[in-house]
Amino acid sequence: MADGRQAIERIRERFPDALTGTGSYRDQHWAELPADRLVEVCRWLRDDPEMRFDFLIDVTAVHWPGEPQPMELVYHLHSYSRNDRLRLKVRTAERGPVPTVSGVWRTADWNERETYDMFGIEFEGHPDLRRILMPDDYTDFPLRKEFPLYRG
Amino acid sequence: MSQTFERHPEHPDIVTVNMGPSHPATHGVLRLVLQLDGERVVKAVPHLGYLHRGMEKIAENRTYLQFIPYTDRMDYLSPLAANVGFALAVEELLGVRVPPRCEFIRIICNELARIGSHQLWLGTHALDLGAATVFFHTFKDREWHYDLVEDLCGARLTTSFTRVGGVAYDVTPEWLGRLREFVDAMPGRVDEYEHLLTNNTIWLKRTQGVGKLSPEDAVAFGMTGPGLRATGVDHDLRRARPYLGYENFEFDVPTGTEGDIYDRYLVRLEEMRQSVRILDQAIRNIPDGPVNVDDPKIFLPPKQEVLTSMEELIHQFMIVTEGFECPAGEVYHSTEVPKGELGFYIISTGGRSPYRLRIRSPSFNNLFALPHLVEGGLVADVIANIASLDPVMGEVDR
Repeated sequence: MADGRQAIERIRERFPDALTGTGSYRDQHWAELPADRLVEVCRWLRDDPEMRFDFLIDVTAVHWPGEPQPMELVYHLHSYSRNDRLRLKVRTAERGPVPTVSGVWRTADWNERETYDMFGIEFEGHPDLRRILMPDDYTDFPLRKEFPLYRG
Repeated sequence: MSQTFERHPEHPDIVTVNMGPSHPATHGVLRLVLQLDGERVVKAVPHLGYLHRGMEKIAENRTYLQFIPYTDRMDYLSPLAANVGFALAVEELLGVRVPPRCEFIRIICNELARIGSHQLWLGTHALDLGAATVFFHTFKDREWHYDLVEDLCGARLTTSFTRVGGVAYDVTPEWLGRLREFVDAMPGRVDEYEHLLTNNTIWLKRTQGVGKLSPEDAVAFGMTGPGLRATGVDHDLRRARPYLGYENFEFDVPTGTEGDIYDRYLVRLEEMRQSVRILDQAIRNIPDGPVNVDDPKIFLPPKQEVLTSMEELIHQFMIVTEGFECPAGEVYHSTEVPKGELGFYIISTGGRSPYRLRIRSPSFNNLFALPHLVEGGLVADVIANIASLDPVMGEVDR
């Protein structure tokens, strides 16, 4: 379906300095953005009549320990009117911070809370950044790679 | 942990009441802390995580095949649909497409799961609102659906029916015959559910205009599935982004207009009828041929050959003990399960387990809309709203 390829070209035209990288696998395309441009680009992706990415499917993260920016946030977008999908990636430090996109898509609220809960990444401007799945007094971040997979 | 009952320090009329996590109407271990002013809900705060098992973490320590049983335990009301969704995501990563007969069997699994899930939803939803009769009708029929599932794979709940590159067993003509009886009977059964509720005055008063959601809000809240379609958004992944050959099937995608509890009810009822239509076409057109991909590196060989041939024995041993190699890459694949969009985002760096597996669960995101639906309403409608969102906590908490 070539998901997101055209959208990435449009981001390149509109925000030439904000696109730090692109990639694709099995015809699913993604764009890499710096954290400080994320909200601006997201708002445009939602509102631009040619983009209309009105649905944020999911927010999550991947931990790549040892890299200078070990946390990779991944946003999956969907456009109902164009039936297109796009993946955005943002690199950040171990604890963030990354600006919240809950002001652009409300559904980001719980998904960012879960990402904070599992990875310890702070979302700046989030209305209610608390743990969501783990208990409030829990101190670890289970989906980080240093968290053991089993007690050996 | 907040108290189970406390008064607001400045407004003594406002009390905080704890609902759940062990409450018969929260459909599992959902906990809500409600601020009530008499019968009015001032504020509702959901607390999740009581069924969190860390599936995404577990996946990093399991081979792809070993993760399939975990998918049973997400949406435990439609495990077959989650099995299929996960297998499709891994196949996308591998670049494998299953044979046509397998696609038909998987479509049968999906639609059977949808009917079973909606039967449970309807029975418990009606029971929550005091219409106990419906529960007996839907549970009797759901037992029939479970008999079919059991005959298909030997289990009622822990089906683990799919494999990467196929399914565990082929279907027999006898089983398809029994499915045909079910398919022929179901439209009449759905009519019977309708006779009990659709024009029932109490049901109408409890559901019409209650828990209303606008299409804009539904999209902003990330709602998918029947809850989204009830607001009028015509989106179903089976049609918008077909997989398994859904594009070759004739079916309608029901939508509502009001986005209230009653429309969610109508949409799910119609979905049962449409699932029956799909099952009917699948039984009529299911092709002969192999069920599984012919790739001994990823698919388990037939047991008989494992017992008699050295090479098959080695393949069996390697797949079971170590799993198969996946190429490095990342895919997001989603399917339309009874609750909405179930997505698996798999990141592989090569090797036999995912580097990261993200499960995008529909129930988690649908539940996010709950405070918006119940705040300002009556406490009795909280229960109606929870039931109408049809959350499954196994999938919310993962």
